[in-house]
Amino acid sequence: MRAWDVVWKARRLVERNIMVYRHQWIVILSGVAEPIFYLVGIGMGLGGLVQTVKLSDGRVISYTAYVAPALLATAAMNGAVFETIFNVFFKLNFAKTYDGILATPMGIGEIAIGEMLWALMRATLYAVSMLVLMVVLGLILSPWAILALPVTLFVAATFAATGLAGTAFLRTVQDFDIPMGLIVMPMFLFSGTFFPVSAYPTPIQLFMQATPLFHSISLIRGLTTGVVGGQQAVDFAYLLGFFSLMMVIAMRRMERKLIK
Amino acid sequence: MSRTAQPPHRSLFFGFLQPFMFLTAMGLGIGGLLARTNPNAFGPAGYIGFLGPGLLGAMAMQTATFESSYPIMNKIMWGRNYEAILSTPLSTRNILLGELGWIGFRLMTVGTIFLAVLALFRVAQTPLALLSIPVIGLTGLGFSSWLIAFAARQRNDVGFSWVFRFVINPLFLFSGTFFPLAQMPQAVQVIAWFTPLFHGVELMRGLVLGHLDLATAPWHLAYLLVFFAVGLVLADRSLAKRLAN
Amino acid sequence: MSGATGDALVRARKLTKRFGSFTAVDAVDFDVRPGESFGFLGPNGAGKTSTMRMIACASPVTDGELSVIDMNPQTQAREIKARLGVVPQTDNLDTELTVRENLEMYARYFDIPGSVARSRADELLEFVQLDERAKDQVETLSGGMKRRLTIARALINEPDLIIFDEPTTGLDPQARHLLWDRLYRLKQRGATLIITTHYMDEAEQLCDRLVVMDKARIAAEGSPRELIDRYSTKEVLELRFGDAERAGLDGRLEGLAQRVEVLPDRTLLYTDDGEKTLDEVHQRNIAVQSALVRRASLEDVFLSLTGRSLVE
Repeated sequence: MRAWDVVWKARRLVERNIMVYRHQWIVILSGVAEPIFYLVGIGMGLGGLVQTVKLSDGRVISYTAYVAPALLATAAMNGAVFETIFNVFFKLNFAKTYDGILATPMGIGEIAIGEMLWALMRATLYAVSMLVLMVVLGLILSPWAILALPVTLFVAATFAATGLAGTAFLRTVQDFDIPMGLIVMPMFLFSGTFFPVSAYPTPIQLFMQATPLFHSISLIRGLTTGVVGGQQAVDFAYLLGFFSLMMVIAMRRMERKLIK
Repeated sequence: MSRTAQPPHRSLFFGFLQPFMFLTAMGLGIGGLLARTNPNAFGPAGYIGFLGPGLLGAMAMQTATFESSYPIMNKIMWGRNYEAILSTPLSTRNILLGELGWIGFRLMTVGTIFLAVLALFRVAQTPLALLSIPVIGLTGLGFSSWLIAFAARQRNDVGFSWVFRFVINPLFLFSGTFFPLAQMPQAVQVIAWFTPLFHGVELMRGLVLGHLDLATAPWHLAYLLVFFAVGLVLADRSLAKRLAN
Repeated sequence: MSGATGDALVRARKLTKRFGSFTAVDAVDFDVRPGESFGFLGPNGAGKTSTMRMIACASPVTDGELSVIDMNPQTQAREIKARLGVVPQTDNLDTELTVRENLEMYARYFDIPGSVARSRADELLEFVQLDERAKDQVETLSGGMKRRLTIARALINEPDLIIFDEPTTGLDPQARHLLWDRLYRLKQRGATLIITTHYMDEAEQLCDRLVVMDKARIAAEGSPRELIDRYSTKEVLELRFGDAERAGLDGRLEGLAQRVEVLPDRTLLYTDDGEKTLDEVHQRNIAVQSALVRRASLEDVFLSLTGRSLVE
């Protein structure tokens, strides 16, 4: 009951963000272009050169079909992390917007969940447009792909929670290059996004397999290419655990930052 | 005139780490895939030899873009640093040259580190590669001058999202950085020929790999010089106009 | 519910706030009654803002008792906040929204229906004289206008209790007077106000009753008039001396007044008849650069209680 109250009240923050973007909705809409540029660029450019990739079940698929689900996952990650890290940091530290909101019956939980819901709404827009493009380009290889949308949103939620948890630790704008340079960028490059992690020596592989992006990509790629099995169950369990952990950290840190 | 956006040791560290990671991941990873399916796509230098200089050009563009967008707008509008500077004998032109000088210095520092990483991966092996350092500066400053001109005309930072999304990002992908333009439809290739990053990357690639084409190089260089010169005039005018009132 | 708080809207007993080893508020007692305008007067760092933040449920109570509108801030923060209006020390308006949107959106946080929110926003914009700026971005407002918008925002939920933390700090005199006028009208409508300030003129103008805070404690309590009567004489003679004149003073002011305070820039003589005391100063042939007789104020109360002036 309490938890539902919080989620229900959190819609006010979504309302606020809609009010802010009411006159700039085109900024949000234009964000659709980004993953599409990547899919077209990487697909046509590298896809034409690399041509094919062999999956773990032995099937050989086109490189574009291999990369597309990974781009979907990384787009979900980037969108969620940017929205939470940059925007929330700004409101937390410079605009003091949340201090004003906290003087009302809205609490920290409502704010955190509201920001996440908003990030998810944007992620939905981007994920849907990406999936439509994948259907058009013939990059969906399995009916399991029907689950790709909810899973992508879950991935976005996980990274939104991670971003919220991280934001509360940052003190200055200069600190941003630490999470971006040391966590987001390496994950983007080394989570099986552009090539199978099996290309690397075992210790590095183990390290790569520990990242949440690896499991996100593995799960979504499994669904769009039709490789669904034990690995995907592990991916889902991992993400669920990671999501819960990040939510707890995010709430605790926000509370410490906002309540003195 | 400018302060560093981040502590110098940190920016040097990331200056090293980013190309290192990119080359390890993309260069070796995709190079590995290519070795199986399309081994002769990039000749003796391999994919990493193609990617390295491409990334070098992209880095010059991104560093310059970042340094010339929010920080400049901040000093114009939010922090109002320029207002304070203009109450001294310094002029807007001094400010512009100071900013560009600083960005140029940063570009060449980060570029030098990048070249060292390329040498580490045995991509840059000829002394000619050192000549790419001024090209990095020139390419980057071209972008800087245009972005400063743009920043000086903005009332809020929304415009930057558009520039990043519809100019910088597509350039990053479609200027012959990650894959040869020949992979693209003719129309895309023609558009790419008119973009500054393409010319910067072509020059850098020739210099780094040591096979500079002397017939086309002067044209690339001329393009970059004109691009920078026009940007400079625009930035000078826009900044003077904005700070005049 | 702790029903036994009598008629107090806010009741504090031994209320304490500590940050680590630093005590910001040290066991203070006070009662704020419905319909009154209650002030916390004291210099910066006296513990006023910490007290305010505890009342506004923005900061947990370290020790002691606090009840706000018969509720406990520790457990009923949401319910309390629903009935409070808060004007914090630094404006925290939503800079991404327009003037009008700030009010409408704030109403939504209180679950006020959209149509009610719109009509209240209209009324309040008129009340704080911002109706012509309704569509403007917050950033374009002057300091005084932002302050007035923050006040309008605090009234959007028709609160039972409104808290003003340093309402006019940083404003020019004209903006201050406009703001005082609005607060005065709120008072006349029967609103309960809590005001912190380090301006004694503000406290005298706006507060029915106040406590003087210094170094985390309450030094005195009463109406402005009572406090002046209790801690000061009716009038004050302010004397200014040149450096040479000051040097030759030693002890010559003795016996002229009930109390003498020597400040860096002037000397205050507390007396019930300032003109008479000034005559005596002249009779003693004391050379004075300038002299001024004035009525005693809360500034004198603070000086008498702490030995320091309020604004340093």
